[in-house]
Amino acid sequence: MTTTPQKPKATRQAFGEALAEMGASHPKIVVCDADLSKSTKSEMFSKKFPERFFQIGIAEANMIGTGAGLALSGFVPFICSFGCFVTGRYDQIRMSVAYARANVRIVGTHSGIGIGDDGHSQMGLEDLSLMRGLPTMVVLQPCDEIETRQMVQLLSSETALQQPAYLRLTRQALAPMHDSNYKWQLGKLDVLRRGSKVALLGTGAGTQECMRASEILKAKGLNASVVNAHTLKPFDAQGVRALAKEHQYLFTVEDHYTTGGLGSAVAEALADQGLTSQVRLVRLGVQDAFGESGEPVELYEKFGLGAEKVADSVLKEVR
Amino acid sequence: MPQIDQLRLQAQKLRASILEMLTEARSGHPGGSLSCVEIVTALYFSELHHDPKRPDMPDRDRFVISKGHGVPTVYAAMAHTGYFPLEELMTLRKTGARLQGHPDRARLPGIEASTGSLGQGLSVAQGMALAARISPKPWHTYCLLGDGEIQEGQVWETAMSAPNFGLGGLTAILDYNRGQIDGPVKDVMDIEPIADKWRAFNWDVVVVDGHKFEELLPALKEARKADIRNGRPRMIIANTVKGKGVSFMEDKIEWHGVAPTREQLQKALEEVRGRLV
Repeated sequence: MTTTPQKPKATRQAFGEALAEMGASHPKIVVCDADLSKSTKSEMFSKKFPERFFQIGIAEANMIGTGAGLALSGFVPFICSFGCFVTGRYDQIRMSVAYARANVRIVGTHSGIGIGDDGHSQMGLEDLSLMRGLPTMVVLQPCDEIETRQMVQLLSSETALQQPAYLRLTRQALAPMHDSNYKWQLGKLDVLRRGSKVALLGTGAGTQECMRASEILKAKGLNASVVNAHTLKPFDAQGVRALAKEHQYLFTVEDHYTTGGLGSAVAEALADQGLTSQVRLVRLGVQDAFGESGEPVELYEKFGLGAEKVADSVLKEVR
Repeated sequence: MPQIDQLRLQAQKLRASILEMLTEARSGHPGGSLSCVEIVTALYFSELHHDPKRPDMPDRDRFVISKGHGVPTVYAAMAHTGYFPLEELMTLRKTGARLQGHPDRARLPGIEASTGSLGQGLSVAQGMALAARISPKPWHTYCLLGDGEIQEGQVWETAMSAPNFGLGGLTAILDYNRGQIDGPVKDVMDIEPIADKWRAFNWDVVVVDGHKFEELLPALKEARKADIRNGRPRMIIANTVKGKGVSFMEDKIEWHGVAPTREQLQKALEEVRGRLV
């Protein structure tokens, strides 16, 4: 087993680099942005392949329809903006993309309170919920650079995934959770650490908080499992069943509202399989409140998402 | 002009089919379906480069009906050009049918975009027109808009972007029948001065009588001459009459979204079969 620890990197940065690389071998990739290409990192692609990059201006609805038209003409469009802005044009995604079976890759960066300073208006906090609500939509959220790269690789193919997809990315850097041998598998929970009694399930930025929380818990004698839930739809109900059999407590940690995202997906999987009495589920995330400006680390603390807070929640529940 | 006489006859055949379909379905939108008959006839029977036997032909022209409720006219044109048998028209809006109340491209080959939530089709058409520019064999993209529909803000996002992209390969047609569900367009939310608006957005605007092939055909043919990489998209404002061709439906808002009864159908068919528009 080789370990090549990478440096922490924002998943938006990993996306931008990977997309610009894929452009050379994948002539069908086209990219649209709505005046945020410097922030979404689609700018890297635009510089290498200007004839396949379309600057739409500040008009997300128009970008979504344009992406659909490109997809329906055989191209593989990545349409990029902040998660809140692009998924906020829900009817356009519902009709022109999902219902039309247009294989658009919707890229939403700046997920959650982790963006910090800019405050609530720029924070995607309901995007997972919205995208999970659409038939045919694949919903992905990578937790580190290597996972992001492998997702971009899959999404770059016009044949490997003939469905629309939503890719949720972070503004802030995320620590590597995998070594270079990692093989990402669509729709399968990724067990990073095997423990007992308690399993911490994270997605996106939540995964590193789970990993750090597990270290804190380990020091206190509790050996928790850590699971990376990178695919929110289709969701790995079988994987949840296995976790429910092996643990007494499941904690979900996500930089998103606790409704409609990972916590909901796990709750649904438990309920659908008659497992709700076997395991206690605690959903950590932003609880029915608006985000706000601040230091990301402080906001994670304030909203109960930081590793210490996650560990506290576990200890409170378990002891 | 023999071609125009043929098209006029063909238009009446579509009208008859539309009225029959809607009566059989017992719902639908006769007003806005009948108003765009000549526009759709001009496209499917004259201007579109298409092959009903090969709806996935890569360099086919794209036609997006953004006013999705007008799709019976497109279904009729598709059936009469051989995309599917005429009998299938009678399945409109029935459970399991390919002919959904509003167009579903995943069910029916030949339908290019799924529309019905208004205001979205022009953006999709823009994407297709951009795709044509980077495809080995380009095509022309057409988009039919309703007049009430352009009250949607997204339409104006594309109105702004398409000329900036130099999209000469895009032609929009406005079915200006002057009615929408809640009443006359001018009362619900006036869109005038409409030609000036599109001109101000830098479109190549032409105003025609949307029921006269003598005006529609040249306007459509001229549109194809624009440079698809560095030209201006064309907006054809087609002045039309809601419910055109059926005397008791013409200009009557109440015929926006109600199907005729069997008796009304017979009356309507007599008019449609007995004369040309």
